Amino acid sequence: MNRPRHFNLLARVLHWAMAVAILAMLFVGAGMVVSLQYRAQLLDLHRPLGIAILLLAIARLVNRLSRPTPALPADLPAIQKFAAHASHWLLYGLMLAMPLIGWAMLSAGGYPIPLFGGVHLPAILPHSPEVYGMLRPLHGILAYLLFATILAHLGAALFHAWVRRDEVFGQMASGERK
Amino acid sequence: MPNPNPPPRRGSLLLLLPIALILLALAALFAWVGGWFGNHQLTPQKMMDFAQKSGTQAPGFRRAHSKGVCFAGTFTPTPEAAGLSKARAFSQPAIAVIGRFSASSNNPYAPDGASPVRGMAVQLKTDDGQEWRIAMNSFPFFAAATPQAFQAMNEAGKPDPATGKPDPAKMKAVLAAHPEIAAFQAWAKTAPRSDSLGSTRFNGVNAFRLTDAKGVDRMVRWSMRPRTAFVAMTPEQLKAADADFLIADLDQRLAAGPLVWDMVVQLAEAGDPITDPSKAWPDTRKETTIGTLTLAHAEPQATGPCRDLNFDPLILPVGIAGSDDPILHARSAAYSVSFNRREREISTGKSAYPVVPAAQNGSAK
Repeated sequence: MNRPRHFNLLARVLHWAMAVAILAMLFVGAGMVVSLQYRAQLLDLHRPLGIAILLLAIARLVNRLSRPTPALPADLPAIQKFAAHASHWLLYGLMLAMPLIGWAMLSAGGYPIPLFGGVHLPAILPHSPEVYGMLRPLHGILAYLLFATILAHLGAALFHAWVRRDEVFGQMASGERK
Repeated sequence: MPNPNPPPRRGSLLLLLPIALILLALAALFAWVGGWFGNHQLTPQKMMDFAQKSGTQAPGFRRAHSKGVCFAGTFTPTPEAAGLSKARAFSQPAIAVIGRFSASSNNPYAPDGASPVRGMAVQLKTDDGQEWRIAMNSFPFFAAATPQAFQAMNEAGKPDPATGKPDPAKMKAVLAAHPEIAAFQAWAKTAPRSDSLGSTRFNGVNAFRLTDAKGVDRMVRWSMRPRTAFVAMTPEQLKAADADFLIADLDQRLAAGPLVWDMVVQLAEAGDPITDPSKAWPDTRKETTIGTLTLAHAEPQATGPCRDLNFDPLILPVGIAGSDDPILHARSAAYSVSFNRREREISTGKSAYPVVPAAQNGSAK
C-alpha cells in the first residue's frame, strides 16, 4: 500500500488552524446573537473570519482530494469506519456551507457585507424576505449541528488516542519522524 | 464504542469518563455563551419577547414602530461635511436614498394622533459600495440611559390584567431607580406635536465618532431639521384627526414639491455625556450642517422598499463609528431580532401584510 502514515504538513496546519478558527467562530456567533452590547463588534469579527474559513476550507478540500491520506486502522469496526467517513464529509460540507449561507443570508437580508477597512463583498443573492427568512434560521441550526459534529469528532479523536491507542490521532497530530 | 476484543495495548475504558467530561464541559460552555442557561442578563430576545406580547403585534411587522411609510429622495452633503469625516457620504455630490417614517407603537394601524414619538430612518448607499443606515426619532433625548432601565420602564408601563391599568407603584419604583425616565415622560406629555412629518425634527440621540481624512476623531450627535415651518396641533385636533392624517399630509405635500431637512451635527465638548442618550448636550455646542435631505416620493410600506430593511444604526461606513452608548448597541441588537422574526413570518406565509389591502396601511392613491 502506498498510503502515507501521516496527513501532509499542509493538511495538519490547516486542520489545527481551522479547529481554532471554527471554534472561535461558533462561540462568537452564539454569543453575539444574544448580546445587547457587543453584537456589532462580534459581527465585525464574524464576517471576515467566516470568509477566511471559507477560503481555507476550499484550500483544504483541494488538498484532501488531491493528496493521499493515511488509512484508518485495519481492525477498526465497520460502523466506526462509516462514522469516521460520514462525520468527516459532514464537517467538510458544513465548513463550506456555513460561510456561504452566511454570505447568502446577508445578501438576501439586504445587508451590506463589510469585511475590513472599506473592503466589502458583493451580494450573491437578490434582496428577498422569503429567502432571508429561510436562510437565517438555517444558519443558526447548522451552527449547532456543526458544533455537535465537532464534539463527536473530538470525542472520537480522544477515544483513538487514549482508549484504542491506535495510530489515528498521531496521523493528524504529528508528521513523519526523520 | 469499545472494541469487543481489546488487545493488551488498549487503554482502560475508564478513560471514556474524562472524554465525556471534556465534551460535556465544552457543550455547557457553548450553551452558556448562547444564553441557554445560567445567563440571566437582559438579551435582545427577551426585549423583543416582551415587545411583541405588549400592545397589538401583527406578524410580519416590526416589533416597534410598526406603522410606517417608505420614502425616496436625495442626500446632498455640504462642503463643510468632508472636513468632519472621510466617509464617502460626506463628499459624494448627491446620494439617492430611501427611508421610512414611523409611529412608535407596535400597532400597524395606530392613529397618527396618538403617537407621541415619530421616527425617521434613512439608508444611504454611496458609490464606493459602502452603506450608512440612520435611525432617528422626534424625541430630543432617549427615555432611559440603559437598555435595562428602558426594559424596566416598559414592563412597569404594561397594563395589569386585573385592573387594565399599569400599576403606579411599579412605575414609581422604576422612576426612583432610573430618575432620567421622568424627563422623557414629561417631554412625551407636554411637547407640542406638529401637523406634518415634513415639519418634524428627528434626532439621532446616540453619539457617533466621525473620523476625518487626517485621522482626527470628533464625537457628534446628528439631527434632521425640517425647513417646513412647525405648526403645532392641539390635543383636541390630534384626537380628532384621521388615523392616517400624517401619511395623507405627506402625500399631499410631496405632490406639491419636495420636503427638505438640514442634517446638522452637534459636536461634543469635553465632559459631555457621550454614552448616555437620555441627557441632551447643551444647545450652545458648536453645530455644523453636513447635508440636506430632499424627499421626493412616498409609498406604502406594504409594497415599498423600506419594509424589508433593518435600519440598524450600527451599519456605518468607514469614517463613522458608533460610540459605546449602550442604548445604541441595544438598538442594533434588538432591531436584528425584530428583523429576523418578521422576515421569518413573511417567509413562512404568516405575515399580516397580504390579507391587508395596502390602502389601509398608508398613502393609497
